[in-house]
Amino acid sequence: MDLALKPEHKAFADEVRAFTKKNLSPATIAKTFSGRHYDKDDHVRWQRALGKQGWLAYTWPKKYGGPGWDVTQRFLFENVLAEEGAPRIIPFGVKMVGPVIYTFGNDEQKERFLPGIRSSEVSWCQGYSEPGAGSDLANLRTRAVLDGDHYVVNGQKTWTSYAHWGDWIFCLVRTNPDAKAQEGISFLLIDMKTPGITVRPIIMLDGAHAVNDVFLDNVRGPVANRIGKEGEGWTCAKFLLANERLGIAEVPGSKRGVRALREIAGDVSASDPSFNEKIADVDLQVQALEMSELRALATMALGGAPGPEASSLKLRGSEIQQRLAELAMEAVGEYAAPYQPGMLFQDTNETPVGPDHAPPAAPRYFNMRKTTIYGGSSEIQKNIVSKMVLGL
Amino acid sequence: MDLSLSDEQKQLQDAAERFVRDKYAFDNRRKVAATDRGWLEENWAQMAELGWLGVPLTEAEGGYGGPIETMILMEQFGKGLVLEPFLPTAVIGGGMLARAGSQAQKDSLLASMMEGKKQFAVAWLERQSRYNLADVSFKATKEGAGYSLSGHKGVVYNAASADNIFVLARTSGGAREEKGLTLFCVDAKAKGLTRRDYPTQDALRASELTFDKVSVGADAVIGKVDGAFPIVEEAVDRAIVALCAEATGCMDAINAATLEYIKTRKQFGVPIGKFQVLQHRMVDCFTNAQEARSMTLMASLKIDDKDANVRRKAASGAKVQIGKSGKFCGQSAVQMHGGMGVTDELSVSHYFKRLTMIDLMFGNQQHHLTRYSNLAMAS
Repeated sequence: MDLALKPEHKAFADEVRAFTKKNLSPATIAKTFSGRHYDKDDHVRWQRALGKQGWLAYTWPKKYGGPGWDVTQRFLFENVLAEEGAPRIIPFGVKMVGPVIYTFGNDEQKERFLPGIRSSEVSWCQGYSEPGAGSDLANLRTRAVLDGDHYVVNGQKTWTSYAHWGDWIFCLVRTNPDAKAQEGISFLLIDMKTPGITVRPIIMLDGAHAVNDVFLDNVRGPVANRIGKEGEGWTCAKFLLANERLGIAEVPGSKRGVRALREIAGDVSASDPSFNEKIADVDLQVQALEMSELRALATMALGGAPGPEASSLKLRGSEIQQRLAELAMEAVGEYAAPYQPGMLFQDTNETPVGPDHAPPAAPRYFNMRKTTIYGGSSEIQKNIVSKMVLGL
Repeated sequence: MDLSLSDEQKQLQDAAERFVRDKYAFDNRRKVAATDRGWLEENWAQMAELGWLGVPLTEAEGGYGGPIETMILMEQFGKGLVLEPFLPTAVIGGGMLARAGSQAQKDSLLASMMEGKKQFAVAWLERQSRYNLADVSFKATKEGAGYSLSGHKGVVYNAASADNIFVLARTSGGAREEKGLTLFCVDAKAKGLTRRDYPTQDALRASELTFDKVSVGADAVIGKVDGAFPIVEEAVDRAIVALCAEATGCMDAINAATLEYIKTRKQFGVPIGKFQVLQHRMVDCFTNAQEARSMTLMASLKIDDKDANVRRKAASGAKVQIGKSGKFCGQSAVQMHGGMGVTDELSVSHYFKRLTMIDLMFGNQQHHLTRYSNLAMAS
């Protein structure tokens, strides 16, 4: 065992850094470090650059157009991108539906959908949760009825991130209402331009718009766009959720968060020496999480799928993100109070009220409460670990 | 010892409950928050008519109440997330005038404030000062018989609606010295005073103020020249206790909403409140709110103590508890509401935001833990 990088890995990190510096727009980088929200263009331009380089689908095997990197390369790639201020890769295409398609889809589907995901020419969103199916996802009611070679889909999906940007949505739909909850579900890809789809924004507590309700009213989707067999959608769903949980530990972003906190700590630690120790505490939590994630990845590299241990990573990862946001707000003190949406959602030359890092501090703290709710709430993750790992 | 409310106090509580029920249904509050000033003239007039603007002051001070009555009102205001500027105007501004103002200042300002005709704002915070009240670099220099004020003040609540702004300035001494601070009463329309207004995270209004050689007479000084620190320190302690009462109201409301939600929201075929992990968390919310109420009551009963250290410890102690309990109840409510908890649509996120902002007003939990600890070690 050895933590040190081999020369070829150092060269790899240098290559990724050089590429990022060359291709990531300075305006996007500025948004990352000032805490402003990205628009669609920030994501798409960057993801297409990665796609062109063959790096967007960096977790995919070579066979499906991925770069075939080892665990160390993926680790370096994610870290360098975060250090340079790249936006998080939107996971719905490359991290979620892509692997489902190459694992469970037929050749025709692979050929049709994978290239657009790899290149980011097609944007995806996730049709999982419903008003009555959150933690209890298998309770979903969106109904797909067979009509010739099409399904007719009716229902409502909710908390759909970036549905307003999405070209396609992957949906869990109920194809058999008489089967047991998990057994009547199918995994269906639907073109967002299909008549009958309405997207309604959900405004978050910080004023941000990222998630939506998606209403499906007699939406006709070809049977050819169903992944896997009818009634076997739950297998795809679970596979995808385990991948999702692994990805949302967000370690590289949290490492960036620790560095950002240390940069502003001077404002506080003069009058409150405990603040530096609070940063140290979360720094150590990040290190433990990173090592746990590396251990999980190493296991996966030996052929394992992400298992229930991904739940532990998601649990801690989300708590760490929340703690970092909380400390960033604490650092700002009363200057966290001014609400400055212009500094969050628009390109503006206005000077902020208070220190430069003040405008996003409280909104981010509020917004980050979602991390212990989405992708399976902490309560659900604990149930999974309790049942699947501990056998309780 | 007697911890029960008098008949008059019960009536006040009933009236405040009625006000919140009538005026501050959640959708109404949204409309109030969206108005130009962020509060309603008719609500303010009603508060004046009911005598509430004099409630923070005792009869000896010219008012109709005291700390317990203030606690009663603020708690109900917390339940409704009331937006009218009661705290800066009646609690802080009125309180400082009543305790430290000259007879002439009281005559010209206090009565008209209680009638609802004048509002106040208090400008003490500066960009660098964080929670240190004595960290004042804003300058007041002698100019003829009066003073010339120059400098910047930040996060001044209600400055845009205020008729008078109380400004803490340095008249002598070095940075962060408690001696050498003077409190001035400045006309909000004074020449040389400019504002940058903004809403706050919790839908209140505040401003950054820049004073460029604003001239005031010697009669603008509240209390003694160079002697403002104890006035301001006491005013902040009293504001803290009032704010703690508001927070207990917020916690009651957010806990009630959460309890209702987990009783009705069904997943896995049962109300989610059937799951023990949520039951225990709800119990912790309840206990936290109880502790918050207890510390607030204790602080309200001790705030008039002749020994300033008793007052200081009570205020800091209550603020620590409110910070802790408010965070626990707020975060738990959001978590137990799931995705709905992080939307703008439900009231839960609005209580959560207010509780969060209350923690960082007048010194956060950490600041007051340190202050309490230092005071307790010294005594």
